[in-house]
Amino acid sequence: MKRLVVVDVNKCVGCQLCMLACSRRFGVVGHSKSAVWVRSAGGFERGFTIVVCRACRDPPCARVCPTNALRVRDGGGVILDMSKCIGCGLCRDACDIGAVMWDYEVGKPVICVHCGFCVNYCPHNVLALEEVS
Amino acid sequence: MDWFKSLSNVLYIDLTRKTYWVESREDLFSKWLGGIGVATQLYKEEVPRNTDPLGPENVIIFAVGPLTGLYPLASKTVAVFKSPLNGYFAESHAGGRSALAIRFAGYGAIVIRGVSDRPIYVVIEDDKVRFRDGATLWGMRSTETVGRILREVTSGPGHRTIMRIGRAGERLVRYASVVTETYRHFGRLGLGAVMGSKKLKAVVIVGRRGFKVPDIPTYRSVYDEVYGLAVKSPAMKKYHDLGTAVNVLALNSIKALPTRNFSSGTFELAEEVSGEKLAETVLARRVACAGCPTACVHIAALREPYPEEPYFYKIKFISYDHEPLYALATNLGIGSREGFLKLLDVVEEEGLDAISTGVVLAWATEAYVNGLISEKELLTKVSWGDYESYIKVVRNIVIQPNDFYKTLALGVEEAAKRYGGLDYALAFNKVEPAGYHTGPLFTISLIVGSRHSHLDSGAYSVDQELLASKKPLPTPQEAIERIIEEESWRQVLASLVVCFFARGIYKYEIVGKCLKPLGKSVSVEELKRLGRDIWVEKQLIKYSEGFNVLNVRIPKRILETPTPHGVIDENYIREALKYFDLIVNLSRKLKT
Repeated sequence: MKRLVVVDVNKCVGCQLCMLACSRRFGVVGHSKSAVWVRSAGGFERGFTIVVCRACRDPPCARVCPTNALRVRDGGGVILDMSKCIGCGLCRDACDIGAVMWDYEVGKPVICVHCGFCVNYCPHNVLALEEVS
Repeated sequence: MDWFKSLSNVLYIDLTRKTYWVESREDLFSKWLGGIGVATQLYKEEVPRNTDPLGPENVIIFAVGPLTGLYPLASKTVAVFKSPLNGYFAESHAGGRSALAIRFAGYGAIVIRGVSDRPIYVVIEDDKVRFRDGATLWGMRSTETVGRILREVTSGPGHRTIMRIGRAGERLVRYASVVTETYRHFGRLGLGAVMGSKKLKAVVIVGRRGFKVPDIPTYRSVYDEVYGLAVKSPAMKKYHDLGTAVNVLALNSIKALPTRNFSSGTFELAEEVSGEKLAETVLARRVACAGCPTACVHIAALREPYPEEPYFYKIKFISYDHEPLYALATNLGIGSREGFLKLLDVVEEEGLDAISTGVVLAWATEAYVNGLISEKELLTKVSWGDYESYIKVVRNIVIQPNDFYKTLALGVEEAAKRYGGLDYALAFNKVEPAGYHTGPLFTISLIVGSRHSHLDSGAYSVDQELLASKKPLPTPQEAIERIIEEESWRQVLASLVVCFFARGIYKYEIVGKCLKPLGKSVSVEELKRLGRDIWVEKQLIKYSEGFNVLNVRIPKRILETPTPHGVIDENYIREALKYFDLIVNLSRKLKT
């Protein structure tokens, strides 16, 4: 299994092409379906913060889900079953690093599947896919 | 929601009544694409001919286009307003996160009308608009602090833009800028003063939405093609590596680098303030606009000790480019990188346009040396290279403690009209020029370009190409044809809206390809015609406001200091202007 990692946040230029790539997987242009989040670390002068799912082995988001909509993935992280999700937002609150994003248009979480599509569009090799056992 | 349908939404905000509403303007977007094409039409609807640029009737229009957020390098917002610097239709472009925030909030354009009775800032969060009290932010000395506070009191980090003005805008300095994301600017022609006149301290826009593209597989494959070009093409390399600061030595080597108020084309200390030297010594970080991989924004770290307290330092991060380097270094005889960065930092804090400010300082230096003004007016001595005095002058341009500074805040043309020194007051149609003294085509383009900006048609590079290929100058008529053709194509780019730095990538065929997945099929001929139509529309608006190229003053200094093409022949310029005037008049007749 693979997981998405931030190799070197200091090289990030804040172009957000990773965020755009993530939504583009669904044929959507925008940020609404993006599971990656790049924001300034207190203004552009301070560089950037990149939020991605760390693929926890024992993910707090899955533990708090009242409907078992989040299933633990082999190698870490979770898989979302949309049909079970009631959009309560507990998973979002449970993730300390804010990696459970929110799709405001449908009122449900956006969960990283560690596919690595965003990695292909990072012009400075800030993101990578890493093998996990 | 569908791509074009959401693009056609225009958000109207009335600052007087503190209300807002959305109108679908498919009529405009289907005909004029977006960006400058649509903004020009909105301006026609909104701004009556005799409007006072600083009165309630002036509007601020922000527009994006069909490619915004859709492809790499489509990362700019077009602002249109009536300029308080020269009194005509004005246009300014900026990136940062502004374009994507507007687009993903669900709009193609935003029109801001009226004037608030007290300082406010406006927060646009997707479909909601909030009018918030700006009294606490008003008068704050640094635009950076204003940004810092707004970051904390508004939501949407990563999905938002924070456009704000400094004290220069509040105090109506006619060349005040609007700062966005600390390092990007609606710099030229005084949008900051227009915001100030409306008591509008800032506009925060949060865009979190997403939109469907009709043909997804084609879209993905065209995206990959453009992305490949964006990261591999030599066309972007200049902006990518050293940034536009690479121009300093390039221009110096051909004697086209404006120095000490355009009195020379070479600067003996050019090496010290070159892009190469800056990268070697102070470059600390590079950042990009949202949606662009290039990262052309070059940020220097300036480490300053506190003189009275040992082992205390402050580190300031200041972004530099060719234009500030010309305006606030070479053209003021400043060869100290530290001095340049300190001066630029103050210009940024106050929210002033770096180019206009530098040209104003350069004129003031000569006027002082020539005895037209004294310490009584200037409240300090000034001399070439003395950046500490220049910092004092910049603060006073904003504070305006006397009549002299009140005049200086109106621009170099007004200052010279009152105090003398018009021959070396560098302005074309009241707009202070960018940093090139490459030859006659560039000079013509400053006069005829609809923004009087170097990027209207990029004629500085035509001058340089002619030089490199050792070709003779075109006839004045050919020069005009070339300038208009290029400027017309740029109207298409500014309607799509893509960054002009990406003009080497967005060529005719690519543009057509990019529009296809949106279900829009446009031929190259149609695009070219659209560009020309927009160009004509803009000329007719400016002419109706009283603009006439035949009346534009050409500063003597421009005609005295040799360019790489030798001394510019005034007759050549005048011939070109006559031909330009003829074309505009013909265009008007064809339209009526």
